[in-house]
Amino acid sequence: MNQKKHRSRLGDTWHQLKKNKFALVGLVIVIIVLLVAIFGPLIAPYSYDAQDLVNAYAKPSREHLLGTDKFGRDTFSRLIWGTRKSMEMGLGCVAFGTLAGLIIGSIAGYFGGKVDNVIMRIMDMFSCVPMMLMCVVIAAILGPSTRNAIIAIAVSTTPSAARLIRANILTVRGKEFVEAARAIDGKAPHIIVNHVLPNAIAPTIVSTTMNIGNSIISGATLSFIGLGAQPPIAEWGAMLSEGRNVMRDHMELVLYPGICVMLTVLAFNLLGDGLRDAMDPRLRN
Amino acid sequence: MENKPIVEIKDLYVEFHSDDAIVHAVNGVNLTIREGETLGLVGETGAGKTTIARAILGIIAKPQGHITSGEILFDGEDILKYPEKEMRDLRGNQIAMIFQDPMTALNPIERVGDQIEEAIGLHNKITHADAIERAMQMLELVGIPRERYFEYPHQFSGGMKQRVVIAMALACNPKLLLADEPTTALDVTIQAQVLKMMKELKEKLNTAVLMITHDLGVVASICQKVAVIYAGEIVEYGTLEQIFDHPTHPYTIGLFGSLPKLDSTEKRLKPIKGMMPDPTLEIQGCKFAERCEHATEACRAKKPEIYTTQDGHQIRCVLAGKENA
Amino acid sequence: MSAPLLEVRNLKKYFKTGRGMLHAVDDVNFTIDEGKTLGVVGESGCGKSTLGRTILHLLDATDGQILYKGKDITNPTRKELSALRHEMQIIFQDPFSSLNPRKSVSETIMEPMKLSHTMKKQEMIDRTRELMETVGLAERFWGTYPHELDGGRRQRIGIARALALGPRFIVCDEPVSALDVSIQAQILNLMLDLQEDRKLTYMFVTHDLSVVKYISDDILVMYLGQVVEKAHSDELFKNTLHPYSKALLSAIPVPDIHANNELVTMTGEITSPINPKPGCRFMARCPYASDKCNEPQKIEEILPNHFVSCCKCREINHL
Repeated sequence: MNQKKHRSRLGDTWHQLKKNKFALVGLVIVIIVLLVAIFGPLIAPYSYDAQDLVNAYAKPSREHLLGTDKFGRDTFSRLIWGTRKSMEMGLGCVAFGTLAGLIIGSIAGYFGGKVDNVIMRIMDMFSCVPMMLMCVVIAAILGPSTRNAIIAIAVSTTPSAARLIRANILTVRGKEFVEAARAIDGKAPHIIVNHVLPNAIAPTIVSTTMNIGNSIISGATLSFIGLGAQPPIAEWGAMLSEGRNVMRDHMELVLYPGICVMLTVLAFNLLGDGLRDAMDPRLRN
Repeated sequence: MENKPIVEIKDLYVEFHSDDAIVHAVNGVNLTIREGETLGLVGETGAGKTTIARAILGIIAKPQGHITSGEILFDGEDILKYPEKEMRDLRGNQIAMIFQDPMTALNPIERVGDQIEEAIGLHNKITHADAIERAMQMLELVGIPRERYFEYPHQFSGGMKQRVVIAMALACNPKLLLADEPTTALDVTIQAQVLKMMKELKEKLNTAVLMITHDLGVVASICQKVAVIYAGEIVEYGTLEQIFDHPTHPYTIGLFGSLPKLDSTEKRLKPIKGMMPDPTLEIQGCKFAERCEHATEACRAKKPEIYTTQDGHQIRCVLAGKENA
Repeated sequence: MSAPLLEVRNLKKYFKTGRGMLHAVDDVNFTIDEGKTLGVVGESGCGKSTLGRTILHLLDATDGQILYKGKDITNPTRKELSALRHEMQIIFQDPFSSLNPRKSVSETIMEPMKLSHTMKKQEMIDRTRELMETVGLAERFWGTYPHELDGGRRQRIGIARALALGPRFIVCDEPVSALDVSIQAQILNLMLDLQEDRKLTYMFVTHDLSVVKYISDDILVMYLGQVVEKAHSDELFKNTLHPYSKALLSAIPVPDIHANNELVTMTGEITSPINPKPGCRFMARCPYASDKCNEPQKIEEILPNHFVSCCKCREINHL
């Protein structure tokens, strides 16, 4: 108990997280994926668009570790380059969408009343527009690109993130410790950040990690219909869609990006679950 | 002469297993409830009061909860050996339970009368119309006009809801009613009315009642016998007069000393120091020794035997015999 | 005689609901002298907790005046409010929901000091140690989280937090009603010790009449937002005058089998606090009700320093 005394909040969470093997596995994969995304260009043996038409659909060999696609592009290199694009999509959407949702939902939930009403009705309006439609509109206005796809996905995930955090905040707001914080002269931002959010955020952490996975998939969908990453840019989703046409003869072209998406999403989910438990002192022994 | 026992609990032990510890909730409890008698089971949070009631009803939470040894004789038969199907017939029919919170005990989307009618229909082979008639009678019995049969729980006040819960529990004429803090959630004026009604009903129906409470005032107003429970053990048992006029176990004395009294002018209460021992620890001696001012080495070494006076007042304390001799 | 520490004049707090105005606190007047305890008794929904929170500006008053040390604090500026928060504190009923489960014992107690920005880190640590000792929390609980502790210890944390900035006045909102009796007595004694040592002034809100008698100097009995009776503690219990107070007093289950307390039966349903009629609010349940009770009730000094809001009080009590 005395050791606890000198540990910071972050250190404490880390100490708890260490005990959870699944979360650690998730964390390790997430770190690897992030490293690959950052240093991809240094690791990848070829550029993502280096074509070698003679060697199309090559089997794995020493030159091409995982073989090549129909343009003879090195699949291994494209996966590495794709990591970068996919993470950009996943994290970008979540960073903007969830963060915006968090702030909007917190304000609506904490202040309640008219503020709440106005904000949540606007959010309702946004969530009435289907994501695809929103993307088409944004692409039409700004032109199709990865960045615009991120904006479109972020905007369409904001309302659900806001609604989730708001509901949790409403339950926490009624607790007496929030009133106690007001009684000791805590101002609204202090109370939201220190008392309300930490107790309301757990479900959001889980849904955020799930959202990273979903956003990677949404990004792939957009790339597929030509509104996201533009060829020849390598992106897992785009690679999946490309491989789909030749799936019967060249399974591996679907399999590899599929495994990448699956592992990454799984890793984020494991990490999210672990974080939720580690951040809650009530679940500690 | 005393009435025939309805329930006899013999040397009951209940444990709850969690990942890394065993909680010893009930530790060798012996308790008898006789026909038409109200027994008050008094103790603090975590003393094992509710666990005993749940054991009688056969609803100890599995898989954590285990009855490790002991017998519970209901009408002379050990119901711990009953298969689940027979227990189900017993529950709600011969043994009924009232829970603390009337707000959660009623289904909010079903009319209150129908809820009583359902309880009756489940255990009796009678026609629907008869069951409705009986449900209406039950409502009147607890002081609610029969017209309110068709209303929903939210249309009732807290006290009224608890009356409905009591009507539901009594609908099948149970031989034993387990009342787990039935008035704790109510306001005092409402509590007084519900207690008064329960007392009258008990006299009318001659049901045996196990009244679980932490409030000695409630015990004084409704019970004939009292058992004081501490850390899963009955530390003192006797009639209302024996417990209230001659409290003998240091814990019982401490409980009385902790209560602010309306008619006294003392400036400070005499609380029991410390708190109940961790129920995951196995304690060799008297469980109260750590908080007791009379405790000796002997108390800590060995669990004291029950001392019984000539008129049946039982005390689990080494000092009991000596002081009274 | 010196000015009272706190004075409340015609205080009203209404809440807007779907069905109309809920009169939670309706025209309440009282004073508390420094170092004394005012007990506020009533059943759930009588407005006693709302009253405490309105005085502390956790809720905004609808109407009326609150004076602290003779100064009107009804509508404080942001700066004045900060100063008031140092002077006036609150202890909550539920030791489980009144503590942030994610803050350790020391973090919780230290928070008010951090927010006040007047102390250095070491000073705050020393003061936290001192406070923990004062309320009887062993130092080994420094980094412990609330869920690892029992109700009594949690309530001690709440008390230490309230004391952190050295307040003069504390609203105690049912601080012991969620605790076991043996623990309840420990906490009550602690609160009395603190009052003696620090000359604290308490407003003690509770539904438990035996607790309020034990701890209070003066008592206010509330019914549906209004004060029905106000007197010195001993006087109120010796000479209960209002029919509601009588019923309330008779309803307490007394842990004494020789006491003969005849239950004053009340009939009828509780009047709704939403858009109430101007007459006596207890009328519907009062055994003495008559036409006269339909008029608004005035609180009157029936006996010296004994105020009652009942037009038939003299008649009922043969005064």
